[in-house]
Amino acid sequence: MIRVPLDSPNDAGEWREKARLLCSHDIPPDQAIWTAPGMPDGDLFGSGLPPEEIGSFKVSVPKIFPDLLKRAICHSDPTRFTFLYRIAWRLQRERGLLSNPGDADTVELHKLIKSVSRDCHKMKAFVRFRDIGMEAGRERFAAWFEPDHHIVELTAPFFMRRFANMDWAIYTPRRSVAWDGRTLIFGPGATRDSVPAEDAVEDQWKAYYASIFNPARVKVNAMTSEMPKKYWKNLPEAALIPDLIAGAQARVTAMQAAGPSVPNPQTDKWREKRALDEDSGLPPMGALHRQLARCRACAIGECATQAVNGEGPLDARLMIIGEQPGDEEDLRGRPFVGPAGQLLDKALGEAGIDRREVYVTNAVKHFKYSLRGKRRIHQRPTAGEISQCRDWVRREIAIVQPQLILLLGATAAYSVLETRRPMRELRQSLWTYGAVQVAITVHPSYLLRLPDADQAAAYDAFVGDLGRISRLLGRAARAGARPSAPVAVP
Amino acid sequence: MAAQTIIDKLKILADAAKYDASCASSGSAKRNSLQSGGIGSTEGMGICHAYAPDGRCISLLKILMTNFCIYDCSYCINRVSSNVERARFSPQEIVRLTLDFYKRNYIEGLFLSSGVIRNADYTMEQMIEVVRTLREEHLFQGYIHLKTIPNADPILRLEAAKFADRVSINIELPKDQSIDRFAPEKSGTEIRSAMAHMRTHLDDEADKAKTALKRRVKAASPAGQSTQMIVGADAASDGDILRTSSSLYAGYGLRRVYYSAYSPIPDTSAHLPPVKTPLIREHRLYQADWLMRFYGFEIDEIAGPHRPMLDLDIDPKLAWALAARDRFPVDINRADRETLLRVPGLGVKAVNRIIAARRHGRLRYADLSRLVQSVRKIAPFIVTGDWTPGGMLDAADLRARLAPAPEQLSLL
Repeated sequence: MIRVPLDSPNDAGEWREKARLLCSHDIPPDQAIWTAPGMPDGDLFGSGLPPEEIGSFKVSVPKIFPDLLKRAICHSDPTRFTFLYRIAWRLQRERGLLSNPGDADTVELHKLIKSVSRDCHKMKAFVRFRDIGMEAGRERFAAWFEPDHHIVELTAPFFMRRFANMDWAIYTPRRSVAWDGRTLIFGPGATRDSVPAEDAVEDQWKAYYASIFNPARVKVNAMTSEMPKKYWKNLPEAALIPDLIAGAQARVTAMQAAGPSVPNPQTDKWREKRALDEDSGLPPMGALHRQLARCRACAIGECATQAVNGEGPLDARLMIIGEQPGDEEDLRGRPFVGPAGQLLDKALGEAGIDRREVYVTNAVKHFKYSLRGKRRIHQRPTAGEISQCRDWVRREIAIVQPQLILLLGATAAYSVLETRRPMRELRQSLWTYGAVQVAITVHPSYLLRLPDADQAAAYDAFVGDLGRISRLLGRAARAGARPSAPVAVP
Repeated sequence: MAAQTIIDKLKILADAAKYDASCASSGSAKRNSLQSGGIGSTEGMGICHAYAPDGRCISLLKILMTNFCIYDCSYCINRVSSNVERARFSPQEIVRLTLDFYKRNYIEGLFLSSGVIRNADYTMEQMIEVVRTLREEHLFQGYIHLKTIPNADPILRLEAAKFADRVSINIELPKDQSIDRFAPEKSGTEIRSAMAHMRTHLDDEADKAKTALKRRVKAASPAGQSTQMIVGADAASDGDILRTSSSLYAGYGLRRVYYSAYSPIPDTSAHLPPVKTPLIREHRLYQADWLMRFYGFEIDEIAGPHRPMLDLDIDPKLAWALAARDRFPVDINRADRETLLRVPGLGVKAVNRIIAARRHGRLRYADLSRLVQSVRKIAPFIVTGDWTPGGMLDAADLRARLAPAPEQLSLL
């Protein structure tokens, strides 16, 4: 038997030195008795000290081991040193040991670590500092805490990072630590009376604790599983718990018994004032936007973020009507700002049309999509949905009174002209909506969906269509009048 | 009437804030006062500094700036028509309280919300003043969650996002119709637009921070957006609720949707049911929400049109499995991750352990006790080399055997 005395209960470095020595002589775990100060030595009769020189066995551990060790060694279980040595010794033979969550020793190691981590977490949560007065311009605080394990060294850096600009000390039965703004100073254990019995702010904290509690949803087990009673004696707010629970049911009953209340007189004053704001006279397009925002004529409205209003000068000569807002348009609340919109802008530019002079809108005002996981996938609107939205488009046309309307894609064609003819045919002629000339071409998102090989030709044709529109507008401008009689009727 | 003390105001304004379920303080950027001076830190994982007897974590100082409000939302204790006692903190008082609590290690930071006074913009400006003072004058590095006011000028909400770790806007109710009915001054589309605007802003800022040289540009609101929905105040089904949250997650990149079971409030409005929504419904919604986000479940599998309400007695994964028994038993040694995740009783951690352990050799039934929480629960749904559930899986009483015993309230 070999006796391995340690100076510290939780110094991973010291333990590693000794464990390395033992492993290098291949001393089996059941041949070593590990002790730390304060631990019973047991029956050491006939035991010797470890060898002084490194032995012939090459010792190594996987990269993750030191970090696990650092935490596991802080556990208060007196057999931890021996247990950890068994793991180190086994690791010399079974490199993959720690990656097998089914091994009994690995399971046990993780149990130790979990218990230490939880203790650390609770210490970070439940330490309660009390003010002990200023000194040299710095605020000073002290706390008393009783952890289960040897964790003061593990948690002190957390308090240092958090409370860098104040002086503080944490006293525990086995260890203490203080911070003076420059270094962490560790010292021996202390007693509860190292810290004053009260703090002026505690009454505010207790008032907060009592008020944030909702008596209508008492869940005592949920509280005690996270804040076990063993911590209560050092938590000022815990003294309130029994009364809060005892009084909860009566408070709920009283609330229900009181029934609905009479609205307070302030209500009407505010309601009148708000009504005044609402009624302020809006211009026609403003009124349309306000009504459109509330439209729930079909189911799309509720799923979309917002109705996407048309955009552009209200005296525009050209009005472009697309299909419906896409994902990007829905989020930003503006038409044609996504990929299809960028393509449209580019093509308009090449055709000599300035988008800023065009009124741009959509046949359907809300974004229709289906969810696939966390993605919103565009869905074509149905004929019914297009029809529900038709009136909004008609009102927009009536307000803007453009000289020419350009419809992009089949949805827009169906909305304005109520036709389902093939795009090939629609694209070739000019049509009319009332007295307004209407041209039709494909939607830019159609171009984006084409196979790469076909895109260039289709894009050129698209720009060609826009070029004809540009010339039509130019001719009309020179004539100083609206374009001449319609060419064809759908 | 005597002037209200800080404690008087705290009682009123904490009481008014307690209906907001969120108290999360995790998932933000890492900061600490050692590097930046001042006080405070956020290190990724949030800390619950106390628990109230309602089982809720107390992580933040969760208060309203004021409970005066010009809006008249029926479900809210602070609505204009309520007779509740009113109070208002000055920005300085909130800053002081936050720092006093923080230095004593009571809290991780501040969750500030407010009733709407004068108008949305004025209210938002006052709230920004609080967080600006904390961040700029006191170099406060702790966590800040700001509940923004949906109708406020978007510029102000972006300003708020500059200082806060998390911003949120409550969607309040699952259906637009209910919002119109119970919160007449708000509208679903306005709330969603505000979320969309925040999302595009946070995305743009995050992109900027990513590409910035030396990363000196800080991402705005690193802990993102969240929202809260009241459950049980209207007739919306669980399916409706989950569909709404799915589109909120997808549309606005929300980190969390909080569900808050409607419970009677003091000074209740005549528009609302005087009955209490069972807390278990809220719990089942969280479970279903989780299954959809992290376990690959589709909404129709959990709360489809044929069964729009979640089962209150058993969790939604077990409910799904009992109705889809043809997909079981699952071979623990062969099944892929997605399939294992669908076994009732196996969570992400247990599945990770199983996958790691089976690389070291075939798993037997006895090995499972080290890897999973309860072998008894998963037994009917799995096979191993030495175990098959036999008739257990198809037995009519399987549900009864797995349903948890009714819980009893423990007395202290």
